[in-house]
Order: sequence, then structure tokens, then C-alpha cells
Amino acid sequence: MKRVLPHPLLTLTLTVVWVMLLNDLSLGGLLLGLILGILIPLGTRSFWPQRPRLRRPLKIVEYVLVVLWDIVVANVVVARIVLFKPNRKLESHFVTIPLDTRSPEAITVLAGTITMTPGTVSADLSADGRALLVHCLHESDPERARDGIKQRYEARLMEIFE
Amino acid sequence: MDITPELLLELLVAALIVIGGLFGVVGSYGLAKLPDLMTRLHGPTKATTLGVGGALLASMVYFWARDGFTFHELLVTLFLFLTAPITATMVAKAYLHRAYLDDENGQQALPPTGRRYGWASFDAAPESEGSNPDSVEAPRRADS
Amino acid sequence: MIGYALAFGFACFGLALGLNLWRLAKGPTIADRILALDTMVINGIAILMLLGIHFGTATYFEASLLFAMVGFISTVAFTKFVLRGDIIE
Repeated sequence: MKRVLPHPLLTLTLTVVWVMLLNDLSLGGLLLGLILGILIPLGTRSFWPQRPRLRRPLKIVEYVLVVLWDIVVANVVVARIVLFKPNRKLESHFVTIPLDTRSPEAITVLAGTITMTPGTVSADLSADGRALLVHCLHESDPERARDGIKQRYEARLMEIFE
Repeated sequence: MDITPELLLELLVAALIVIGGLFGVVGSYGLAKLPDLMTRLHGPTKATTLGVGGALLASMVYFWARDGFTFHELLVTLFLFLTAPITATMVAKAYLHRAYLDDENGQQALPPTGRRYGWASFDAAPESEGSNPDSVEAPRRADS
Repeated sequence: MIGYALAFGFACFGLALGLNLWRLAKGPTIADRILALDTMVINGIAILMLLGIHFGTATYFEASLLFAMVGFISTVAFTKFVLRGDIIE
């Protein structure tokens, strides 16, 4: 089983993407997608020595909904800052966010989430991978921003990945 | 004028296009207006995502109503949602590299990492076992 | 009504492309220019989707997907070149 399917999640993703590309739910398309989804992970398995570990996959749905809602809010917030705030009144700074999670997948998703959500962009990771450099567009209280990110996103990600 | 399902669908498509257009132009206005690169990053990464998202949703609803169920527009949306943070981080790193690496005092402008090592754009990753993010946990082999 | 909305959408994204072009010309740093190019690609995708609605054909979907991929790869290649002086090490 492990030799034929080194990455079951990758196989599933590739099949779904293939069916979406065809834009047609036919048996032939599904089968070809499944064949590609099995062959591609086999051919590239040496690039992916580790398999990402998901402890609670169902929590992903909740996380995606929270992030989608935050993206819509982020758009409105940033649009208002861009349109109505003069440049000299902007209080933008860098914030360091110490990371509790050790899982590389969780750190990647967290950095992406921070970039897509209100007023923050992740810019860099510390060389040992235990702190994130985040830039805030307009935040008078950097501690609050840091605690908000840790509670809202990192806690949920740690539940999913560890 | 009767309120028919067709009219409601048309209204929905038109509203999505208008919302998408507004957010698209605000994002690009932010890119032109904000004072330095790190703040400029905020405009395109967020506002433009919803701008394109609006146009894609409008296209999906329109073709859904005309030719039946279609979902491949979701693929472009998904792709943009996955790639936008990566390009933003890469541009930020390129900017930091150029702006702070040659400058003697430049790196002091960034907050400290709170660790023994600096930021990854400037500092090499530690060689010793146990502090590299890839070797923090025991290596998990795919075939174990 | 969709016609008017489409005209508005084209005007918005056209204006957005103009603003990006201004940032591309002005700079001042190379990262600004990369960011401007990346945003131009995203606005171009939106215009392609609107064109698809305008002409009533789904063919533009493939074009926008390819454009999204090429835009992403080129942005990453630009930034890699700035960061490392080389694209594939």
C-alpha cells in the first residue's frame, strides 16, 4: 500500500484537479485523473521524503471558513486604509512572532494566512525556523496583533497538524 | 418589470463584476499611492485577490446559468489564493535583501528574532542537529 | 445590465493596469517593479475573465489559467534572481 501510494493526499488532490480541469464529471476523466494521481507521486517520491501528518483533518474545514471570512474583512479594511488614510498617519512596523509550532507544513500555512488576512504581510523566517517577521500596515498596538495571530490561527493550526 | 430568476441572476453577475472592479482598482491605487515597498505589498496581495475573485465568481455564475454546472473557474481562484502569499513573501525578501544587506546599520532596523540566529535572508541556517526546522522532529519516512 | 457592469469592470481594471504601469516606470527599487509586474498579471487575468463573459465563450478560461501560471513562475524567477543571482542553483 505504502509503495503504490506514497502520498494518498497528493493522489487525491491531483485527481480532483484533473476533474476540475476537464470541467466534466465523467468516469473516463475520473479514471485518467486517478492514473495520473498514482503515477506522478510515484515518479516524484524522492523529492518528498516526508509525508505531512494531519492529526485532525476535519478541523481544516473550520480553518478554511475562518480564513475566507477574514480575507473578505481584510479586503474592506485595507481598502479603507488605502482610500482614506493619508500616508503620514500610517503607523506601519515590523513585528516578530515567536512560533510554538514545529511542523513545517503548519509554519507554511501560517505564513500564507498572515499574508492574506487584515493588515499583515509575512516577510521572513528566522534562520532556525522559530520566529516569523511580519509587517503591519496600520497597527497602533503590535502586541495585540501578535497575540491575535497566535490565538486565531496558530492555535488552530497546531490542532490540525500536531 | 417582473422579478424573474433570470433578472436576479443578472443582478448577481453585475454586482459581482462591479465589486470585483472596485476592489481591483483600489488594490492598484494602493500600489501607486502608499509610501514604501513593505506597505505597497498590502494593496495588491489583498484587494486584488477579491478583485479577481469577483470577476471569477461572476464568470462562474454566468456560465452556470447559461450552460449548466461549471466549476473550473474555482481552479484559477484556488491557484491565485495559493500563489499570492508566496509571491508576496518572495518580493518582501528581495526587497529586504537589497535594502538591508549592504547597509551596516540596516539590519538593526528590523526587530530581533528573539533567537540566537538572525533572519533567514541574512543568516545561514544553523548546521547543528536539532535546531534546523527540517530536523526538529525525527525524519518521517514516507515508507515507514 | 450585464453589458453596463462589464463596461464598468473593464474601465476599473484598465485604470488599475495604468496605475501599475506608472509604478513599473517609477520604481524606485527593483522589488517595486517586480510587484508592479505581478499585479499587472493579476489584473490581466481579471480582464480575461470579463472578456470571456463578454464574448460568451469559456475559451478564455484556459488562457487565464496559463497566464496565472506563467505570471507566478516569472515573479518567483525575478525574485530568485535578485536574491541569489541565479534562478536554478
